[in-house]
Amino acid sequence: MRPLSSLTVGQQGQVVQLNATRPIDQRLLALGLMPGMRVKLVRIAPLGDPIAIEFQNQCVSLRKAEAEAVQVEVLVTREVFSA
Amino acid sequence: MSAAPPPLVALVGNPNTGKTTLFNALTGLRQRVGNYPGVTVAKKSGVLSLPDSSRVELLDLPGLYSLAAASLDERVVIDTLCGHLSGTAVPDAIVCIADCTNLLRNLFLASQLAELGIPLVIVLNQADIARKQGLSIDTAQISSRLGGIPVILASAWHGEGILQVRAAIQTALERKTLMARLDWHECVPAAITILREGMQRENIAPLPDPELQRLVFDAASPILDRVHGDSAVVERLVKAARERIRQAGFNPFAVEALLHYERIKKVLAGAVSESANAHTLTQRLDKFLLHRVLGTLLFFASMAGVFASVFWLAAIPQGWIEDGFSWLIETVSPWFENQPMLQSLVTDGIINGVGSFLVFLPQILILFFFLALLEGSGYMARAAFLMDKLFSWCGLNGKSFVPMLSGYACAIPSIMGTRTIEDPKARLATIFIIPFMSCSARLPVYALMITAFLVPQIGEIKGALVMVAMYLVGLVVAIPTAWFLTRFILKTRAQPFVLEMPRYQIPKPRDVLWQMWESGFEFVKRAGTIIFAITIIVWALLYFPHGEEIAEAEKTAFVAEYAKENNLSSSAVLDALDAEKIEGGDNPIATALDHHVQGAYIEQSYLGRFGKFVQPVFAPAGFDWKITVGVLASFPAREVIISTLGITYSLGGDVDEDNEDLRSAMAKSTWNSGPHAGQPIFTIPVVIAIMAFFALCSQCGATLATMTKEAGWRWAAASFIYMTTLAWLAAVACYKFGTAIGL
Repeated sequence: MRPLSSLTVGQQGQVVQLNATRPIDQRLLALGLMPGMRVKLVRIAPLGDPIAIEFQNQCVSLRKAEAEAVQVEVLVTREVFSA
Repeated sequence: MSAAPPPLVALVGNPNTGKTTLFNALTGLRQRVGNYPGVTVAKKSGVLSLPDSSRVELLDLPGLYSLAAASLDERVVIDTLCGHLSGTAVPDAIVCIADCTNLLRNLFLASQLAELGIPLVIVLNQADIARKQGLSIDTAQISSRLGGIPVILASAWHGEGILQVRAAIQTALERKTLMARLDWHECVPAAITILREGMQRENIAPLPDPELQRLVFDAASPILDRVHGDSAVVERLVKAARERIRQAGFNPFAVEALLHYERIKKVLAGAVSESANAHTLTQRLDKFLLHRVLGTLLFFASMAGVFASVFWLAAIPQGWIEDGFSWLIETVSPWFENQPMLQSLVTDGIINGVGSFLVFLPQILILFFFLALLEGSGYMARAAFLMDKLFSWCGLNGKSFVPMLSGYACAIPSIMGTRTIEDPKARLATIFIIPFMSCSARLPVYALMITAFLVPQIGEIKGALVMVAMYLVGLVVAIPTAWFLTRFILKTRAQPFVLEMPRYQIPKPRDVLWQMWESGFEFVKRAGTIIFAITIIVWALLYFPHGEEIAEAEKTAFVAEYAKENNLSSSAVLDALDAEKIEGGDNPIATALDHHVQGAYIEQSYLGRFGKFVQPVFAPAGFDWKITVGVLASFPAREVIISTLGITYSLGGDVDEDNEDLRSAMAKSTWNSGPHAGQPIFTIPVVIAIMAFFALCSQCGATLATMTKEAGWRWAAASFIYMTTLAWLAAVACYKFGTAIGL
C-alpha cells in the first residue's frame, strides 16, 4: 500500500482507503474516487506538481500533497505481462 | 394587487456539462445579472417560456459536484435550494443537467438533490458526443428507476432537445415529479434523528433534514453558521450522530458518497452501454498541450497572444473612443461659450467622465472574449495545471496567471477576470495584487521621467534598465504580499485544488459573445457609475473656487514678467494682448497668458490648496506642491498626471509625455523657498522617487471602483491604504538613498 502521489506516470493503482476527514477527500469521493476504484496516474505537470489522474472515464488534476492521503495498491497491468 | 411571481426553477449541475449553453438556449437573451445579497457571487436569472406559454424564472446556479459545499459559489447553491437567501424563494423545481458521458458522477449530485424534496427534471446533455462514443442511453429505464421523473436526452450546443426540456419543466411543475430518494442504510436516518432530537432538547432552532445531513456528512460543514446554539453543544451532538453511523461499520464522512454511488450504479445498470472510445481526441490533444516542453511553449505563446491583444489590439478601438470624445468636446464646447463654469463641467467633467470609463470597454471585451474561449474550450484547466506550482507556494493558484498577466495592460478587466478562480482565498489574493502589475497607464509617467531627466544624465541604456526595474518592482512587492495575505490575513479555508480536466470542445459563439456583452454591461453599470462620480468630484475640486480675482492677479503678474523679459512696457504687452484678441486667430501671447491663468486656477483650487497643505507629507520624498497636486489630481486615472503637470507648469492641458516644452519647463523648475531654495526640483533621486511612487500607488479610481464591486469596499479601502503607504515608503526610501549616495 502506498500513497497515490507516489505512482509513476502510466502506473495504475486500486484505491484501498481514503481518510475522508478533509474537505479535499470529500471532494474526491464526490467525484467517485472511492475504495475499490482503479486509478491511473497519467501525467505530472512540468514543474513536478500537480499530477493528473484518470479514473472512471474522467481526468482530474490534484496537488501531490492532496493525493498523499489516498492509499493505493499498485496494479500490475496486463500490458506489462504481454510486453 | 400585484400578480403572483412566476414559478422559480433552478438550473443545477456539475461544471463542464454545458449548463451555460443550456441556460442561454432556454432563456434566449431575456437574462439579468445581479448579486446574491452579502456575497460577490453573480446571480444569473432569465425568463423561460413553457409550452403552455406561461412563464417561469430560470435561475442559473453555480456549477458544483456535491452539495458538500467547499467554495462560496457552491455555498450559494445549497443556500438557495434550502431557501436561506433573502430575496430568493425556495425553487418550485430543479433542472439537473448531467453529462451523458459520465452519468455516474453526474447523477450523484441528482441523487443528493432528491433529498431536498423539490420536483426534479434531469437533462442528459451532450447527447451528440455520447452518440459519437457509441454510448446508448435508455432514458425511459432511468426515469422509471428514479421514480418517474422526466429524463430528457439533449444537446444544448446543437439546440437538440430544448423543446422537450421546456415541456418537462411544465410537467415537473404541474405534477410535482419528485425523484425517488435513496433508500438509506438504517444508520443514517437514525443518526439524523439523534441530531434532530438533540437539538430539540437543547432548544436549538430546528433545521430540515437535508441540512442536518450536511452537518453530519461534511467534515467541515459550511452551514454550521446556520445553527444557532452553543458551538460546543452542537459539536457534541454531531459527534454522537456520526458515532451512530460508525457503529454500523461506515465512515461517516464517506457514507454519503458510498451509498449514493452504489445506488446510481444500480440505476444505470443495463440502461447505459459501455463506452467504446471515450474521449480519445482529448487524450491525444493533451499529449501535445500538456507536454513538458511543447505544452509549456504553447502555453506561453497563447498567453503572449492574449496579452498582445489586451495591450495593443485594444488600443485601436480605445483610440477611436478617445478621438470620439475629443470630437464631442470640441463640438459641444462652443455651445457654452458664455458660461465657462458650465462649459468646463460639461467637457472636463461629464463628457470626460463618461469617456474615462468607456475607454476601458475594449480591454474588458477582449479579455473576456479570451477568458470565455479558454474556459469554454477546456484549456483553462490545463493552463492551471501547467502553472499551478509557480503560484501555489504563495497561496495563489494556476488560474491566477491570466488575470495577473493582463494586469500589465490594465487592472480593471483583470480584476473582473478573477471570477474564473473558484478558490475564494486565491481569488481575493489575486485581486489584491493585480494593481501592483505595472499597467499601461503608468507607462507615460515612466516615459516622461526617464526621457526628460534620466536619459540626458545617465544615458539610454541605464534609462532602459530603470524602465525594466519599474516593471519588476510591482511583481517583487506583489508576490510576498500574496504570501502574507493568504497565510496570515485571509481567514477563509483554502479550497482544495481538485480540477477536472474536461473534454476539449469548441465554445458556442453565442455563449462567448454573451459573456463579453455581460461583463461589459456589468462594468458600465456598476463600476462605470463610480468612476464617473470620482471624475466629477475631482473635476469640481480642481475647478472651484475659480474666482475672477485669481485670473486678474495672474494677468498682472504675467504682463509684468513678460514685459521684463522682452524689454517692453506693460502697456505695450496689454495692447498686444488686446489687439490680437480683436483680430482673433492664433495668438501666442494670449495663449501663454491663458495657460498661466489655468495654472493659477489649479494652484488656487480646493485640490491645489489641499495639495499645498499636504505637501509636507510628501516632502521627505522630495515632492514639491506641483508634483503633489499632480499625484492627487491623477486619482481618477494615473496618466492624468501628465496633463496636470502641463497645466501647473503653465503649458495647458494638451501636453503628452513627448512634449519638449513640458520636459524643459520641468527641468528648469527650482524650489522657490525652503531648505532647497534655488536648487532644481527634478533631481535624479526625486525622479526615481516619483516613478517608484507611481509603480506602487493606488492612484486609480477605476481600479478601486472595480475592486469594490468584485470584492467589497473593505478590500478596496485596504488596497488603497496598503498601496499608498508602500508607495510613500518606497518614494521616501528612493529619495533618501539617492540623495545619500549623491545622485
